[in-house]
Amino acid sequence: MKMIQNILEERIMILDGAMGTMLQRYKFTESDFRGNRFKDWPYPLQGNNDLLSLTQPEAIAEVHAKYFEAGADIVETNTFSSTSIAMADYHMEDLVYELNFESAKIAKRVAREFTQREPNKPRFVVGSIGPTNKTASMSPDVNDPGFRAVSFEALRLAYKQQVEALLDGGVDILMVETVFDTLNAKAALFAIEEVKQARNIQTPVMVSGTITDASGRTLSGQTAEAFLISVGHIPLLSVGFNCALGAKQLVPHLDAIADRTEAAVSAHPNAGLPNAFGDYDQTPDQMAEQIKEYLDRGLVNIIGGCCGSTPEHIRAIAELTKDYKPRKFIFSDIERVQL
Amino acid sequence: MKNVANIQLNSGNEQEIDINSLPKPRFLKLSGLEPLVITPESNFINVGERTNVAGSKKFLRLIKEEQYEEALEIARHQVEGGAQIIDINMDDGLIDGKQAMIRFLNLIMAEPDIARVPIMIDSSKWEIIEAGLQLVQGKCVVNSISLKEGEEEFIRQAKLIRLYGAAVIIMAFDEKGQADNYERRIEIAKRSYDILVNKVNFPPEDIIFDLNIFPVATGMEEHNRNSVDFIEATTWVRKNLPHCHVSGGVSNVSFSFRGNTPVREAMHSVFLYHAIQAGMNMGIVNPAILEVYDDIPKDLLERVEDVILNRRDDATERLLEFAETVVGKAKEKISDDSWRKDPLQERITRALVKGIDQYIVADVEEARLAVNKPIEVIEGHLMNGMNVVGDLFGSGKMFLPQVVKSARVMKKAVAYLLPFIEEDKNNVRQTAGKILMATVKGDVHDIGKNIVSVVLACNNYEIIDLGVMVPPEKIIQKAREEQVDVIGLSGLITPSLDEMVHLAKEMERQGFKIPLLIGGATTSRAHTAVKIDPQYSASVVHVNDASRAVTVLSDLLQEDSADTYKALVKTDYSSFREKFINRGKQKEYLSLKDARKNKFHIDWDVSDIAKPSKLGIEVIGEMNLQLLEEFIDWTPFFRSWDLHGKYPDILNDEIVGEQASELYKDARAMLKKIFEEKLLTAKAVFGLFPANTINDDDIEVITQLENTDIAGENEENNHYVFRTLRQQSRKRQGIPNIALADFIAPKETGIQDYIGCFCVTAGFGTSELAETYEKDLDDYSAIMIKALADRLAEAFAEYLHKEVRIKYWGYAKKEQLSNENLIREKYRGIRPAPGYPACPDHTEKLTIWELLDVQNQIGVKLTDNLAMYPAASVSGYYFAHPKAKYFGLGKITKDQIADYAMRKEIELDNARKWLAPNMVDD
Repeated sequence: MKMIQNILEERIMILDGAMGTMLQRYKFTESDFRGNRFKDWPYPLQGNNDLLSLTQPEAIAEVHAKYFEAGADIVETNTFSSTSIAMADYHMEDLVYELNFESAKIAKRVAREFTQREPNKPRFVVGSIGPTNKTASMSPDVNDPGFRAVSFEALRLAYKQQVEALLDGGVDILMVETVFDTLNAKAALFAIEEVKQARNIQTPVMVSGTITDASGRTLSGQTAEAFLISVGHIPLLSVGFNCALGAKQLVPHLDAIADRTEAAVSAHPNAGLPNAFGDYDQTPDQMAEQIKEYLDRGLVNIIGGCCGSTPEHIRAIAELTKDYKPRKFIFSDIERVQL
Repeated sequence: MKNVANIQLNSGNEQEIDINSLPKPRFLKLSGLEPLVITPESNFINVGERTNVAGSKKFLRLIKEEQYEEALEIARHQVEGGAQIIDINMDDGLIDGKQAMIRFLNLIMAEPDIARVPIMIDSSKWEIIEAGLQLVQGKCVVNSISLKEGEEEFIRQAKLIRLYGAAVIIMAFDEKGQADNYERRIEIAKRSYDILVNKVNFPPEDIIFDLNIFPVATGMEEHNRNSVDFIEATTWVRKNLPHCHVSGGVSNVSFSFRGNTPVREAMHSVFLYHAIQAGMNMGIVNPAILEVYDDIPKDLLERVEDVILNRRDDATERLLEFAETVVGKAKEKISDDSWRKDPLQERITRALVKGIDQYIVADVEEARLAVNKPIEVIEGHLMNGMNVVGDLFGSGKMFLPQVVKSARVMKKAVAYLLPFIEEDKNNVRQTAGKILMATVKGDVHDIGKNIVSVVLACNNYEIIDLGVMVPPEKIIQKAREEQVDVIGLSGLITPSLDEMVHLAKEMERQGFKIPLLIGGATTSRAHTAVKIDPQYSASVVHVNDASRAVTVLSDLLQEDSADTYKALVKTDYSSFREKFINRGKQKEYLSLKDARKNKFHIDWDVSDIAKPSKLGIEVIGEMNLQLLEEFIDWTPFFRSWDLHGKYPDILNDEIVGEQASELYKDARAMLKKIFEEKLLTAKAVFGLFPANTINDDDIEVITQLENTDIAGENEENNHYVFRTLRQQSRKRQGIPNIALADFIAPKETGIQDYIGCFCVTAGFGTSELAETYEKDLDDYSAIMIKALADRLAEAFAEYLHKEVRIKYWGYAKKEQLSNENLIREKYRGIRPAPGYPACPDHTEKLTIWELLDVQNQIGVKLTDNLAMYPAASVSGYYFAHPKAKYFGLGKITKDQIADYAMRKEIELDNARKWLAPNMVDD
């Protein structure tokens, strides 16, 4: 099987779209979320999408398969919130290892099926590592700006647990994504490096930040370039942005980093901006039309979708992308060794 | 490099270029909220060192006293002053360095205008460095590690720094000690570099060497080569250790000339001049003690260079000799009129920057004769000068009082020109925008508003100032008539907050689209974001000080970028709102009933209760103002001019000291005038009465005195009740939920207790005087008189309280306290004021007014929204129990508001209106 680095130098790779948007289509009820195993769990579980990897594994596998069918090279594990910090909302801290391990297994199984079917197009699984629901460099209390709801150390330990389980489950890549507070991401990267060094492995790492609004900054206040510099100490497979904005709004931020990084550049924007009801109206063609600008300008190496995107969106993007060359870049010798 | 490669590849050039063969650019890249990339073309990187407890006595004191707010101001000043990185050091034996580092860094991260630059985490303790690295999202610099503890520890620390993603300063220090000559410096640098690059895989561009700057001209021969060795070692390091950097603390070099500023300044410049040429590209330099190399007198320069470069054996003696002739020279300040010979524009600019109005009319006349149309003098000469003022102010090099003085000169100049301009009606002056300013209905406070108006006028905005107590209809009508670009609202008392919300609603209803600015002491970003912004679909911006007003306005009115800025503020407020609302839900509250159960407990004992020597009401018809002078608390006076710091330290403050002293001198001069010419009139009324707490939270006051013979005739009039409010937030075990009523003995104890109340004013005459000054185009004095009247009123309240304690109530006959201790309220008893934290309900003033007959006795009135007029007035209660203390009510819940309305016999809606700022949001 070709190394992902080599493929990236040849063509633009396609990442999958939203998991949550797809799971909504199943209209799972509270009892579906619980399944048999958690029918007596003392807290409500509806909305805990990551839990579906244990209670509705076939649905998760089905979504992965749909994205691969649509043309995705890489799918993300259903583990965005699978840290002890984020799972505390459901009192499921103790299930974190299992959630990550099983989610990785499911995605990997589907990926293997597709790779066997189409050996010339290997499929990859990236372990999704979300930001958690707490921020390490901002205070949730307006009266006490010096307060912090979570420490670097707590984040590092939670991420370490997640990373160990994802690797045990067999993921090919790790992705620290939807970074709204760079310090959270740095804790995740710290944990990843620790695990990689201990295991003496070279798993590639992707980082994807989130520019929250028109200010052009992350929620924690950094500009795109400052964000890039702040995660630059780790050899990365790719760096980019996802979520919060539509494809069009991401352009200036991709611009800000594309010239300044030696890594590949990724983007998985939302399907436009949400309407008043929080739904995404952008059609696959509309989204692809906007992504065309990335391609015309040679800004990216990896493209996918975030909130609101579906296999139809990914199909449109994959179709469009075929005819384009990737952003020029070559992994330096140092990085190649690292990878 | 990447770009070059791309261009070549894309151009279809036959010859493919192997990108890998191109050297990768290795720049030191750091980040705060914004990037800092240091390339070979970058100028010297200046690291701010005032946030270093070893470098600034003031900072050390603030950290020791946990005055973090003020400590943050130091950081802010540094960034505003141009520091590209700020060094933070908490290594001091008397503070818990780790905790201080954590606290301070967390606070800095919440200040975007400070956090925009990268942080240098400075400590000799690894534990503190690591704690710091865990708090900062950007790429920092660690200052510092070294081989002092051996290679193993060095490698361990370097690996961790790498994992945290920081650059590092390496001290020229190893197991044998600190490098103090050329050979040792390069030996240690080379060894450190090799270990880092080869064993730790540390990027060489992230390595900065501190090669030890040591003093020269100390009189000891072995120190003579100190600076030469540093400079030569720097050259060697930059040449032999690729991509790394060299830094150092420059002021060390001149250590032996402490006290001789001119020589030190020259030494720093000369040292830097040579060290930078050798390759030192960053360092800690205090720009305030740095002379421009080219401006150093030739004879001094020669002697300093001899010392720095060790060019002669007798260099030290020669510099010492010379230094004696230089010392003190700088301190002699003779009024220097030589600038009068400069070109016209320079003279006008100087007059504006320095606030000198002596020659301005003559200069403006000269300018008028030189141009075609008189208006060109305003648009040309004067605006050129004001732009310099604006830039200096914007970059923190000028302070508010100076700007107000500049405005005075500007106004005089414009006033002189106006008649000429009006002769030619075709001239319309181009302004940056038209701003309507008003203090809202029911509020009389306008110092802040006037300061903002003056500063904006300085920046070429046209100001329509509607004054104080302006009803919303009038604001709206004027805004339409004058077609203003922006409306600015100000207010100091809490009901003004509601007025602002109301006005925002009205503007929305009437389809306004212009931005609304909110300012004044009680306003806040929180209130603006949560209460005002949602009412108005166009822009609402909270502006907390005059200097920000200018940038906010230019952002709002700049045609090309205004929309982005407006959208930014809107989203900022809306996300703030969201967080704020989420936060509100987290706090827990007790029911009023439970809060009462947890009241502040006093073991009532007759011995703690003092019967006033004199019960009843007293009036002071005219107070001798001079007696109040010693009671003045100057700190808030400086604050009203945006000069922050504690009096008297502020007069010697390293940043604002000079301005503060100047302002203080002017204030004393005006005070003298006030005393001598009796410009202001101060009056007071106060009363002491028997009282007891009833029904937990109310204080019953008996005005009918036993020995008067009208007893019983009209019981209603002899019986007043003060209603107090009780804290409801859930407290830790053992902490009570306090109401003021807890400080008065309950009726059921059978103990007779007492309470007092008062109103003082020093405001009569203020507005008349201010008007006279304004007519004379002297805003500086107009603002000054108001600020002083406020201080005198507060001083009067302090004076009267003391009189009450030692005389009228008489429970503290022997009290001897300095003014400082008075200001710190170190005496027994408190005087909380309605409308302030312990008793936020302004309507309680009505009871005081009725009880003391305030308006008839001394003429102080209450406006619709219960602000006192004249504004320089203070009213409140006296509580005398030794355990009485100040507290903040905090938020209260619906049940208390309903209970309070019932007790006061007012409509629930009315109670809600007045208590709105204290209500827990639903």
